[in-house]
Amino acid sequence: MIRRLQHVGRMLPLLLMVALLLTGCGDPYLSALQPKGSVADMQFNLIKLSIIIMLGVFTVVVVIFTYVLIRYRKKKGDNSIPEQVEGNHKLEIIWTAIPFVLLIILAVPMVTTTFALAKDYSNDKNVVQITVTGHQFWWEFEYPDQKIKTAQELYIPVNKKAHIKLESADVIHSFWVPALGGKKDTNPGMTNYLWLDAKEEGVFQGRCAELCGESHALMDFKVKVVSQEEYDQWVAKMTKGTNKPANNAVLADQGAEIFQKSCVNCHAVDGKGGPAGPDLTNFGDRTTVAGILKNDKKQLAKWLTDPEAVKPGNLMIIPKLEEKQVDALVEYLHSLKRE
Amino acid sequence: MAQHVRPRNTGLWDWITTVDHKKIGILYLVAGGFFFLLGGLEALLMRLQLMYPEQNFFIGATFNELLTMHGTTMIFLAAMPLIFAVMNAVVPLQIGARDVAFPFVNSLGFWLFFSGGVLLNLSWFMGGAPEAGWTAYVPLSGMQFSKTTGVSFYVLGLQIAGIGTLIGGINFLVTIINMRAPGMTFMRMPMFTWTAFITSALILFAFPAITVGLVLLMFDRIFGAVFFNVASGGNVLLWQHLFWIFGHPEVYILILPAFGMISEVISTFAKKRLFGYSAMVFATIVIGFLGFMVWVHHMFTVGLGPVANSLFSIATMLIAVPTGIKIFNWLFTLWGGQIRFTAANLFAVGFIPTFTIGGMTGVMLSVAPADYQYQDSYFVVAHFHYVLVGGMMLGLFAAFYYWWPKMFGKMLNEAMGKWNFWLFFIGFHLTFFPQHFLGLMGMPRRVFTFMGGQQLELGNLISTWGAIIMGVGTLLFLVNVAYTHMKKQPQAPADPWDGRTLEWTIASPAPEYNFAQTPRVRGIDAFWIEKMAGNKGMTPAEPLGPIHMPSPSVLPFIMSIGFFIAGMGFVFNKYLFAIVGLGIVLICMFFRSYKDDEGFHIDVEEIKETEKGARL
Amino acid sequence: MNHADHGVLPAEPEKATLEGRNKILGFWLFLGGETVLFGSLFATYLALRTQYVNGPAPHEIFQIELIALATFILLTSSLTSVFAIIGMHRQNFKMMLFWFWITVILGFAFLGLEIFEFVHYYHEGHTLSSSAYGSAFYTLVGFHGGHVLFGVLWISLLLIKNRKGLTVVNAPKFYVASLYWHFIDVVWVFIFTVVYLMGILGGQGGA
Repeated sequence: MIRRLQHVGRMLPLLLMVALLLTGCGDPYLSALQPKGSVADMQFNLIKLSIIIMLGVFTVVVVIFTYVLIRYRKKKGDNSIPEQVEGNHKLEIIWTAIPFVLLIILAVPMVTTTFALAKDYSNDKNVVQITVTGHQFWWEFEYPDQKIKTAQELYIPVNKKAHIKLESADVIHSFWVPALGGKKDTNPGMTNYLWLDAKEEGVFQGRCAELCGESHALMDFKVKVVSQEEYDQWVAKMTKGTNKPANNAVLADQGAEIFQKSCVNCHAVDGKGGPAGPDLTNFGDRTTVAGILKNDKKQLAKWLTDPEAVKPGNLMIIPKLEEKQVDALVEYLHSLKRE
Repeated sequence: MAQHVRPRNTGLWDWITTVDHKKIGILYLVAGGFFFLLGGLEALLMRLQLMYPEQNFFIGATFNELLTMHGTTMIFLAAMPLIFAVMNAVVPLQIGARDVAFPFVNSLGFWLFFSGGVLLNLSWFMGGAPEAGWTAYVPLSGMQFSKTTGVSFYVLGLQIAGIGTLIGGINFLVTIINMRAPGMTFMRMPMFTWTAFITSALILFAFPAITVGLVLLMFDRIFGAVFFNVASGGNVLLWQHLFWIFGHPEVYILILPAFGMISEVISTFAKKRLFGYSAMVFATIVIGFLGFMVWVHHMFTVGLGPVANSLFSIATMLIAVPTGIKIFNWLFTLWGGQIRFTAANLFAVGFIPTFTIGGMTGVMLSVAPADYQYQDSYFVVAHFHYVLVGGMMLGLFAAFYYWWPKMFGKMLNEAMGKWNFWLFFIGFHLTFFPQHFLGLMGMPRRVFTFMGGQQLELGNLISTWGAIIMGVGTLLFLVNVAYTHMKKQPQAPADPWDGRTLEWTIASPAPEYNFAQTPRVRGIDAFWIEKMAGNKGMTPAEPLGPIHMPSPSVLPFIMSIGFFIAGMGFVFNKYLFAIVGLGIVLICMFFRSYKDDEGFHIDVEEIKETEKGARL
Repeated sequence: MNHADHGVLPAEPEKATLEGRNKILGFWLFLGGETVLFGSLFATYLALRTQYVNGPAPHEIFQIELIALATFILLTSSLTSVFAIIGMHRQNFKMMLFWFWITVILGFAFLGLEIFEFVHYYHEGHTLSSSAYGSAFYTLVGFHGGHVLFGVLWISLLLIKNRKGLTVVNAPKFYVASLYWHFIDVVWVFIFTVVYLMGILGGQGGA
């Protein structure tokens, strides 16, 4: 038995290799196994630690298991009666005590990480302050200090912490950017917060992780991590900038007219318009329509013609539009690029 | 007034009116098996939708209905009754009792579960199934966001089935405390009886919490209360607390009996007594106790703060210790034994590494900050299926193969049983092992699709094929049952496996009165002790005499119809129906209380005749 | 089972048979479950007890005199049910019947007061839908009231049916009913403290 345990000790490097294999699993901008931020890093370290401990335990179990099954199978003709062992105090104490030790090894970093992740940066001037509101089935992002409101795409500067306040407009959602950090729920009637940072520029995939209705599966968003300069430019464009002139100004103007008539009650552009739907100020700059479709003419037209087919159960109310009207609206929306 | 003549009901009427725990066990088995197939079908449909990215078979509300009904059906209408099936079939026999403490209540428990289950499933045909998940988190499950009657069906169906489970739990507690044969002390009870005992205690203390939760949700949805309406001062987390104060113990309610089944099967087929019996008993009690202390680990991402998260995280980790004790005790029960790989033992042995994985991912999940990544992802889906399917279902299959002869007097086909095991076992691991990775790679649970190009394709494809193989394995069990019961074969022997406990001392299937004479128990593994002492059977603790039996009754069936009508009335706001239904229930209770059941006696001649025909 | 028990009853007739012992143990366990049930309702109430948003606050509507009277009645009924069980143990069947009937009458009086109270609140705008506090109040107190109603009906039925005398069959039924009645009484003590006293004091404390 003891020799067997030493054997397991020799396998530790192997276990470490298995843990390393995990790294590199999945989409680099989505997977929690390829952490790109401090929070995700800390969590990945805990994941690795617990996997290594658990693999150690599992190996012991499987080794004993395999040995027992092979060694003690009933042989033909052997009708002897095995010794009826009541138990063995020494063994029983060992397998009660060792798990305790393993759990302590796991519990200490667990507690320190829990408190580190719960740190409140809401009054820290060097931290980007953001308020996230979950809606059925889209995300609203507000930068209260800069007075910016936007949706679906969250901009943060690289290597800088963001303090994120989490709220909900309707049901419970859960804000999750696996590659940057774990999730937290947005509860109606409550405010939660978490902090994040990213060590690498790129577009990271965000998800809603709490069942929130018909299109829960499609409630995706993007986190755009950019350099500090780019971020500052973006803030300037969003606050003081204007829209680029459209390619086809006549068509865009027709679109603007439709927008003012049918859309403005719910959607705001440059602070003018209703709050029920996503703010569209920088819509032309976004990579996706409704968080899931590619933001090109064809897909946008598809969304405007039949939103229900794209995102079942969404709350957008849109009048029946003729093809020409759709084209105009597309032209207008795509002209909403900030300069 | 007194009914001294022996009632002889036959056919359907017999099944509807029976108060015999063995027949009620079979009813639970059939009904639970039916719902298990239904839940399995729902699972397969979901896996087909998720086989490839961006498919369109079942999307949006339909998919949410499927996932809700799959979870609810499997937990409340398949797992619970299948466990009750085995408890009913085995516990009274293992403690040497003639019956359960409350045969009438036992029957009522079954019929309430059944009518609740039927009510819940009728939602498919009456305006749509519930679609807010089996956890039915508010406000999504409230009237404002869930406008169909689906969640109302969920609330009423579970409430009715839940009452059935609760009274079933009380029945088993009293049976085990008061009706053990002479000499059967608590520390001589078979392990399965112990786990049934602790599970019943958990039922008693956990189910009232969900009852209250369901009442609040029902009042909100039907009578205009505002418990979960934030604008009126309501609190959405209240539901989550109530649900998980019930929900976590529920997991142990399901898994503990499986521990017991595994213990019996492994010990029998290793031909050894259970290693570390007292430690096993102690571990079971500790797990049951800790089960009530850890509900917040389902709510780590809710935002309850680092102190609460740390404390509940540590409490959760502690459960690993008694669970580990159990796993090593099973291994050392096998150590030094004469292991026979029957179908039952294959399932039991397959359980050990599978459940170990489920337990270990449980420890991983208990680490709160890491759980922020796992929570509500496919990692969690993988974990709880390893516990519930890899743990509980393998245990149940082991139990079916092991106790089938005692329940039906026929032996299931061993060769088919082994195929059943390998297909189910391989299919299971193919289905759920990749899901650990899918979760960590960013796939949330309860999504009806995933996008291509995010490296989630392979895992999902393997998972779906695994589910299909697992489905074939399950079908093979049905084929085995059909084959066994259609083939002419001799009555199974009383003790086909060289058993160790009291149930193997009586004929297969057990006679109506179980024990012609109550046995005297001289130690743990009572039958084995007698075998080793060279005795052919147990020493009786009483002379042969007429045996008193409770009369069959149709009242439980009528009461559950009353509950069913009332449930329908509440779902559709037709209060007249609700009142009529509850009126039926009250009238039945009145009759039950007013007319004493005198029961009847089986006379000595008949007992002698029955015992002569048994293959002992 | 013995049918010729009339007259020669054992000292504790409720525990003379296995059925009786099962019934009593089962009922104790049932009360354990009921404790969790009311515990959950109390927890709900405590979580929502200051959420009166648009509805009236407790100290604005509660009338301590009425509540005190109801409490006195219910506590007395618990005492009378003790007398009834003493009667049973003394094998004084008439004494048992008498005190149980008094218990039932007091139970009905309590229910009458509670209905009067609810109607009064309803007119003050304190309803199930007025606020989360209102929902929690009516659910908790209403569940207790429902238990009282079931109790009086149950004991009345037992009294009407078993007019002829005490047996080992009906003794456990009476005994269990008295257990139930005590349980209801204990729950009321908590309701009186948590709902009414804390509600009234909450107002004085300026909360």
